[in-house]
Amino acid sequence: MLTIIDDPAHITLQCHGVWTLPNLAAVAQNLELFKPLKPLRWDISQITELDSAGIALLQLYYRNFENQGVVSELVGTNGTHTKLYSLLYKHPHQDAPPVKIHSWLHNLGREGYENIQGVGKFLAFLGEAFVLLLYTLRYPGKIRYHSIMVHIYTTGITALPIIGISAFLIGVVIAFQSLVQLQKFGADIFIVDTIGISLTRELAPLITAIVVAGRSGSAFTAQIGAMKMTQEIDAMRTMGFDPFIFLVWPRVFALILVMPLLIFFADLIGIFGGMVVAKAQANLSFNEFLYRLKGALAIKHYVIGIVKGPFFAFLIAMASTYRGFQISLNTESIGHYTTVSVVNSIFLVIACDALFSVLLTELKL
Amino acid sequence: MSSQPIIQVQDVVTAFGDTIVHDHINCTIHEHEIYALLGGSGSGKSTLLREMILLQRPQSGTITVLGQNIATLSPEEAQNLRQKWGVLFQSGALFSSLTVGQNIELLYREYTDLPANLINELVKLKIDIVGLPAHARYLYPSQLSGGMVKRAALARALALDPKLLFLDEPTSGLDPFSARQFDTLIYQLRDLLGLTVVMVTHDLDTIHHIVDRFALLGEAKVVAEGSLEEVLAINHPLIEYFFQTTVQTSHQKEIHGIQS
Repeated sequence: MLTIIDDPAHITLQCHGVWTLPNLAAVAQNLELFKPLKPLRWDISQITELDSAGIALLQLYYRNFENQGVVSELVGTNGTHTKLYSLLYKHPHQDAPPVKIHSWLHNLGREGYENIQGVGKFLAFLGEAFVLLLYTLRYPGKIRYHSIMVHIYTTGITALPIIGISAFLIGVVIAFQSLVQLQKFGADIFIVDTIGISLTRELAPLITAIVVAGRSGSAFTAQIGAMKMTQEIDAMRTMGFDPFIFLVWPRVFALILVMPLLIFFADLIGIFGGMVVAKAQANLSFNEFLYRLKGALAIKHYVIGIVKGPFFAFLIAMASTYRGFQISLNTESIGHYTTVSVVNSIFLVIACDALFSVLLTELKL
Repeated sequence: MSSQPIIQVQDVVTAFGDTIVHDHINCTIHEHEIYALLGGSGSGKSTLLREMILLQRPQSGTITVLGQNIATLSPEEAQNLRQKWGVLFQSGALFSSLTVGQNIELLYREYTDLPANLINELVKLKIDIVGLPAHARYLYPSQLSGGMVKRAALARALALDPKLLFLDEPTSGLDPFSARQFDTLIYQLRDLLGLTVVMVTHDLDTIHHIVDRFALLGEAKVVAEGSLEEVLAINHPLIEYFFQTTVQTSHQKEIHGIQS
């Protein structure tokens, strides 16, 4: 492959054999470590087979050694070598400077700026959506009832099993943790109050919203993104079908209608989970539990929990459809924006819940 | 031109459900030639290409690529064979999370032990031979135009110096001028690197300019195989349809009729 012959006057690099990509690793590693101090002679007459990798190797190290100030000459070239060389290196060697990497300060500034701009864009999106909502309200025939039904089915009915299981487990967990504390005071019966109020007012709405954001929110983003990639949205626009009327509002309405029902379902299953634990751990029969619940659970807690539903639904649906429209033509952006959409939805839900807490406490509810 | 077969398709049958796509078809691709698979939509030319590159299996028949029957390869043999060919997909299929340079580099990093310097040199070289500007290596596929994506994908297909190059509709989606440039590029690379090129194409200009031999697929059969002169000498409605030897004149009559 490569023999280094050290003569008094110069060093000869005797290249021989097959110089193709699979066979070059050893030669290249040799030359990488080689530090010539005398003039070099590359003898390539013994090379039996040469491909573009072989040419690149010769060219690279020939150039490198010359740049180090070593006088080099190439001997033993034949017609095939020169032809291959002149075709491969048509243009003079040039290095493109790598893309500049910005400092963290620059990136921080840009991220911040883009986030602030993002809020503006989201508001613009909401604005456009509401303008088109008012427009559709003037022409109720344009409302996509069928589409709303389809989304009610996919976001509501098919979500029941996962929401049921999550709510049941939350009920079980809360009951277990509370009982341990309550039993210290012999106040076992207060498990009913704890479960009833905490689930209906806070936990059931929150758990439902989180499951819906992960399940339906991400689906909304991916669906709209895929439609954007295949230019279906452009096609709709050119035919005069507005994507807000056809895609956004049906999803938002469906979710607004479905969310309170899902929360109600989660309330029932969650309380049932608590009842099971209360019976097992505190010997509280189902009848006693329900009798106590009637007195302990004021209707307002339940209503507050249900009322949160449409707000959460609106935020989830809007944030996820908005992210769907941001997906661009490369495949990576689908994954990126779907993640962003779920993160945004859950954050908005929690922020909205906090706002509710403050507001309702101030109102003494 | 030597006549040693590089790819031999014998008695291949392919069916999707009840639809027969290939009904006992045969064709032979020789070393150093530019060979095209031609046919209308749904004639199974892309399917045949996918069968040659181990993405799909025919129901029966044998396909021999570089002297190996691809139906009976062990996983290692298949892996070795895959390193001997390069494939250019219709939409480029560049990995969108990597830059053009990284797309090419990946193959060297996975399959060779070359030092970083040499890999860098090779990446630059490949980008240059396909006619991309040097800074293109730092761009992501989403930042490239259609023609540049095809060139970048070709650079990736050529990374491991394959002897065999498969192209799936290389000129589709390019403007006529870029398409001819791309043809010339493939023609030069064939001579330069001693490649054998197999392509699926609809582009009659490509057939006229650079293709040595081709197979015309239709009605689940190979209707004709050979050079352009050989195929045009055969009398078959599909050949007439494709090359518009008679249809064109009737079209012209229609148009003249409308005009007058």
